[in-house]
Amino acid sequence: MSDYNFAYLDEETKRMIRRALLKAVAIPGYQVPFASREMPMPYGWGTGGVQVTAACLTPEDRLKVIDQGADDTTNAVSIRKFFAKTAGVATTEATAEATLIQTRHRIPETPLTEGQILVYQVPIPEPLRFLEPRETETRRMHALEDYGLMHVKLYEDIARHGAISTAYAYPVKVAGRYVMDPSPIPKFDNPKLSGCPAIQLFGAGREQRIYALPPYTEVVSLDFEDHPFDPSKADHACALCGATASYLDEVIVDDAGGRMFVCSDTDYCAGRRAAGDPGEDAA
Amino acid sequence: MSADRPLLQVRNLAKRYGARTGCAEVSFDLWPGEVMGIVGESGSGKSTLLNCLAGQLAPDAGQVIFDTRDRGPVDTLALSEPERRMLGRTDWAFVRQNPRDGLRMAVSAGGNVGERLMAVGARNYGTIRAAALDWLARVEIAADRIDDRPASFSGGMQQRLQIARNLVTGPRLVFMDEPTGGLDVSVQARLLDLLRGLVRRMGLSAVIVTHDLAVVRLLADRLMVMKSGLVVESGLTDQVLDDPQHAYTQLLVSSVLQV
Repeated sequence: MSDYNFAYLDEETKRMIRRALLKAVAIPGYQVPFASREMPMPYGWGTGGVQVTAACLTPEDRLKVIDQGADDTTNAVSIRKFFAKTAGVATTEATAEATLIQTRHRIPETPLTEGQILVYQVPIPEPLRFLEPRETETRRMHALEDYGLMHVKLYEDIARHGAISTAYAYPVKVAGRYVMDPSPIPKFDNPKLSGCPAIQLFGAGREQRIYALPPYTEVVSLDFEDHPFDPSKADHACALCGATASYLDEVIVDDAGGRMFVCSDTDYCAGRRAAGDPGEDAA
Repeated sequence: MSADRPLLQVRNLAKRYGARTGCAEVSFDLWPGEVMGIVGESGSGKSTLLNCLAGQLAPDAGQVIFDTRDRGPVDTLALSEPERRMLGRTDWAFVRQNPRDGLRMAVSAGGNVGERLMAVGARNYGTIRAAALDWLARVEIAADRIDDRPASFSGGMQQRLQIARNLVTGPRLVFMDEPTGGLDVSVQARLLDLLRGLVRRMGLSAVIVTHDLAVVRLLADRLMVMKSGLVVESGLTDQVLDDPQHAYTQLLVSSVLQV
């Protein structure tokens, strides 16, 4: 294997993170502080997610890493290689085969199952951060369930844009108690948070917070009665696989305004194409 | 909330800052619909007293008994923090001297007015918006400014917006800390006129801290004069201002320039 301890982190650190994880699972949506370590990558590249993954990995695990849904982007490739080297675990790109999935800003299209763990990379865990700059005050607001301010943000959206324009990191209420930032996933993915059979763990390395959604937790996206939550996506079909129900990336293809919409989940898209479901532009 | 008992009863309230006295031995009753003025020079403990009454500061001794809607008279200092916060955004209001402290400057006027409604559970955008428009009209802010941020408002408008934001939940008790401070006299006069109208029409009780005797003359039914943390004189406003008994009150009244 290598000279690294299994999954890079030392056993004491993993133990500390697991304690934080247990607490986080016990109090869904609550941000548990933990002693985040320096990782051999810059903050913002998923140091929180990597530490949670390291603490959860076992030698029998099969790891999948995605970045904005894609298996083949820099962030995903390097984190996958990192654990292949330091933990020697098997890796995969197939959602259904993975036991542990680390993700940056997407939930896979293929429904997750019991026994899987989904680890999110979180840049800013505090949903109230840009509304109330004082950390002491936001913690008190969480403790007292004082969440009126969250709706002020949504009110401002409607007043300015005619609709709730928050498109990612859309605030949710977990199990009727804590308001949580689901990390910058598109709001299209919000409904998948609720009642998910897999364990969902959130790690914020720079901010030193861990939070979690145990399986089958009720997660409600905040909204107004007369402006209900709308999990919107681009109004197109995937140009490669023809999927109409998956979240799409817009890709600029030339300098003349040409563009195409493709599935952001590469594994889902490739799977559909392999199964013989070509889209309109597929060659 | 019957009229046969005081809305607010304060008993022997004291707050010390180390060896110094913030305020001490303050006792009074405030009846429904009554406006109490507190005057005194800078450092006399007016703001300390107001903050203690409103639950913003924890006093060292004494009781602040508020006649709540559902449970009758309750010592607010013994309430839990969530209960006190709930009181703070339903039955109580706090108007600060500097509107920047009482407003959210990065949020539109409508959002500012709607915040208290949303904090107590309003979840219908149309209703919140209608209430905001109604209140902007009541404080004489044009309806087309509803989506502007308070930063683009004049000082007088900001103060009026702060008042609207505080009164939107129909509180019964308003604490005001120098509501006219820092405004020029003509704007002050309009603001006072507006405040007097609102207080009378809504039957509000209020505690107003100020060092401007004209403000209490116009608004307050009763007056307390503070010096060095102690109440040195109290009584009906006109009585205290026209026939001051304590030496300090006499000084205060005679210090006002007659134009």
